[in-house]
Parts: sequence; structure tokens; C-alpha cells
Amino acid sequence: MKKVAIVGVGHSRFGNITNMNLNELAWTAVKQAFEDAGITQKDVQMVALSNVGGWSSEPLPAISVNEYSGLTGVGTYRIEAACASGSAALATAASFVSSGSADVALVVGVEKMNESPTPTAVELIGRSGNYFWEFSMFGLTFPGYYALYATAYMDKYGASEESLAAVAVKNHYYASFNENAAFRKRITVEDVLKSRPVAWPLKLLDSSPITDGAAAVVLASEETARKLTDTPVWLAGIGYGSDTSNLSKRPDFLGLRATRKAAAEAYKRAGVDPAKAARNFDVVDVHDCFTIAEILAYEDLGFAKPGQGHLLAKEGETYKGGLVPVNLDGGLKAKGHPIGATGVSMAAEITKQLRQQNPKERQADIVKGMGLSHNVGGTGHYAYVTVFSLNKPGW
Amino acid sequence: MTIPREELEKMVRSWLDMVEEITRNEGLPVIPAEKTGDPLWVDVRELRLKYLIPISRVKRFFDGLKEGKVYATKCPVKNVFFFPPQADCPYCMDENLEWVEIDGEGVLLTYTVVNVKPASYLHYPDYVVAIARMNEGFNVLCWMNVDDVSKLKIGTKVRLVVKRREPEGFLTYYLEPV
Repeated sequence: MKKVAIVGVGHSRFGNITNMNLNELAWTAVKQAFEDAGITQKDVQMVALSNVGGWSSEPLPAISVNEYSGLTGVGTYRIEAACASGSAALATAASFVSSGSADVALVVGVEKMNESPTPTAVELIGRSGNYFWEFSMFGLTFPGYYALYATAYMDKYGASEESLAAVAVKNHYYASFNENAAFRKRITVEDVLKSRPVAWPLKLLDSSPITDGAAAVVLASEETARKLTDTPVWLAGIGYGSDTSNLSKRPDFLGLRATRKAAAEAYKRAGVDPAKAARNFDVVDVHDCFTIAEILAYEDLGFAKPGQGHLLAKEGETYKGGLVPVNLDGGLKAKGHPIGATGVSMAAEITKQLRQQNPKERQADIVKGMGLSHNVGGTGHYAYVTVFSLNKPGW
Repeated sequence: MTIPREELEKMVRSWLDMVEEITRNEGLPVIPAEKTGDPLWVDVRELRLKYLIPISRVKRFFDGLKEGKVYATKCPVKNVFFFPPQADCPYCMDENLEWVEIDGEGVLLTYTVVNVKPASYLHYPDYVVAIARMNEGFNVLCWMNVDDVSKLKIGTKVRLVVKRREPEGFLTYYLEPV
């Protein structure tokens, strides 16, 4: 297997973007990624496009983005793994490069959720579980699914609404330094507690927003990466997992099995000691679509013991200078969560962190040269964990 | 907030009328975005989706609802329950699953109140969705009828009942505190 590196990244502004359509938005990210990598369209041999769609008008976004970006003719397809689509696209493109099928591959994540009214977007994300038995019959929403986990977790471990709110406060704080973030306003625990409930016990400020946005990364084989850059960011290990479509078929609601499996695989491939997982990484992006999701991620990734993730949040251990800095870009919570773009945005963010290219307030100290992204699709229906490294993987 | 369906259709209709008037006057279906004022093209095409979903292989489940019963399927070889019911056992490749009436008693595992509702549920008041572990060992997810949700406790004993869902009128199952 060939080694694969990220050699270029691009990122649009995230938010309710009314002055760009899907193709234009994707192009802003693709253009930056090309410039960052120092390549042109003729160098790209494969495009993996991540988009969930439904709320937006183009049904074949891989083709329309290719055309708009001057990539017509290059092999492509749309990849769907709900909110983990971006990481699924990254994993797919990485396989093309590691197998030698492509020397340079482009990963694009783009979503235009605001092309439909909010109740329609709420409807379509709510349908992203088991449609027939859990949405059509019982109208579960995206926050509703995670609220089922929050209720069970808070009851079992005595986690408070304040601890959950601490996650939102941290992520809004870091988003205030991220020019691409949807929400740049800092908030307090009181703001979160006072915000209206969306699916009790989760409130509006526990939740990531309906977002438009795009991100892109260029992947290259070792030989090409060395020609393009002095600081390739290597994909040291990717792990995958899934869980039942019906939430009712899961044994408990205290953590995500898909994440645990994906993390175990990624750690093994990257040679990370799972017993001291947090100590391996300078910076981590986790999938905080809701505050409870970030707390579950701490435990499922092995940063905290079961039942102790909420304490990590409460004690501020995931700020810079703590046990492990998490979501220094503002996370899904405050940077925004354009579904198909999120995983690609995480890869772009960790790359820039490892290259030390972020504003100092939200730039992690890079000592070990390792970062991680954790991207969940649906409510733990899919999970991808990716380990990034400045050091060429030993495998 | 509950918005009756007729009310919702009236709101959509009046918005579409406004867009049509703009189109007639200006020659283009273009409106300003609420916050930014950026021009937005209102799609002239509209799609109505209503799926036709085959249920013949689990028809017994729906027949059961008519009798006020809730059925699961069970693989006699692997002794595994399936709920929601499925017709095939993927573990032993068997398709001769047994239909078993659920005992109907269980314990509340978790719940939420859906406050911000999807478009197709706007005509309902806020609803409680709960998951219970039934005596047989599998879980059921459905709406829960409860007088005061603030007093609801995980671990509460619950039972499954079949009722019509109004205003839509179809038979489905609910959890209730015992």
C-alpha cells in the first residue's frame, strides 16, 4: 500500500450563504485547495464528492461541481454516509491513491442546506435514521435522536445541563477566532440554559446549525507529495464503523459503538496506544453536532473513562493547554455543520493545525505532530476516525 | 406550537401567490433573501413525495394492530427476536420466522420531547418519543402517553397499547406508564 498525504486544503465560509449556489460554493474551496497544493485540474485523476442533498436542487452534484471547476472528464461520484460523508469521501479517495489507481485525488465536500425552508431541512435530517419505523411513524428529529442519548447518559452518570453547556461555550469561544465559522459570537453557560428546547433535554444552543459550506483537500502519493510540499500531512490510519438503522435495536444509549470500532481500527493502523489515546494528539476535531455528542466522543475515543466525559468538559480539559485540545475551529456546534462538507472541513482544519497556519488564539502547540478527526454519520449510524501525522507512517 | 394542516397549506399557498405576482410583474421569480437581501430564484418546479412501501412479508404485524396486538418475529433456530419485525433471519438464512405477540410490559430506557418538529409533523403538539426494554429483552421505540412529562423517570414500568393516531387516523402503538 502506498502512503497518502494531504498536500492542499481549501475552505469556504460556513453559514447561511445566500450569495453563492452549490457549484460556486464548492469552487471557492476547490480553487483554494488547488492553489495551496500548487496543482491544476490536469493533475487530478479522481474526484470524490461528498454531498447528502435533498434540501438542495442539483441531484448530480459530483458532475455539476466537476463541470463548474473545469474538471469535466475526470472520474467522480457522490459519496453518502450522512454527516460522515466527508470522511467517507476522504477514505475512498485515499484508497485510490494508496492502491496506485490515482496519483492525485481531490476530495470535495459541499452542502447547501438553506436552499430549503428550515422545517423541510429538519424533516430531511430527521428522516436520516430508520425512515419507516422511527421517522414516518414517530417523527424523530436529529436533535431528538441525540436527546435520547443525552437523557440516558445524564440519568446514568449524573451529568448536568451545565456540563453539556460547557462544550457549547468552548466551541463558540474558538469559533470567535475562526473567520470561516458560522457563529463568531461567544456565549455563556446561562445563554445555553436559557435557549429554547429543541428536543428536551437539548436546547437550541446545544445544537449545531443548519449550514451551507464547502471544503476541499488534495491527496497525493508519497512521490508526488514530496515534489509538491515540504510539509505533507500523512493519513496515518483510518477506521470505520456502523451501527443499527433502528435506534431501538441498540443495547444502550450511553456511547456510540460505531465510534469505538472506528477508533480501535484507526489507532491500530496508526500505531497509537489506545490506553493513552489523548496523549498522542496535539489537536483533535470531534463530531459535536450536539453538545452531548462531544461528551460521548471523549469516552468513545478513549480520552475519558465511561461516565467521565462530562467531567472533562466541565473542568475545561479540552481547551488549549488541557489534556487534549478539541475543536479549536469551533466544531460543528459553532463553525457550522454543512452535512457533506463537515468531514472534509475537519481534514482541512487538522492539516492547517499541524502546519501551524491558524490564528494563534486557536492554534494548538504542535509537539507530537499528530492530530485526529472523528466524524459521525446520523446518530452513530456511521463513524470514521482519521489519524493525521507530520511523520511518515511506519507501516 | 401546533399548526393545523389546512393552516399550513394556506400559508404555503399565499406565499406561492406572492411569488407568482412578483413573476408576473417583474418577469422573473426572484425574491430577496430575508437577512441579506441577496436575490434568490424561487424554483418554478415543485415535487410532492409520498412513498408506496411494500408490507406483504410483515403483513401479520399490521393485521395484529387491527386486533389491538403488537407482534414481533422470532427465529426458532437462533432464538432471536426481531422488533420492528423482519421477515428474514440474516444469522441462519432462515425465512420461516415465527410471529410472537409481545407481552407488552417493559421498563423505560430513555425519552425525549420533540419541541422543534419536522415539516410533516407541524400539525402535532410537542410529542414524547421513548424507548423501553420489553420483558422479552428487545426494545420498542414509539410515542409515550404521559400526563406530566416532567415527572417521568427512567426505569418506570411501562406497557404497550395500540391506538389510532389522530388526526391521521392510522393504528399504531404507544407506551404508557403502568
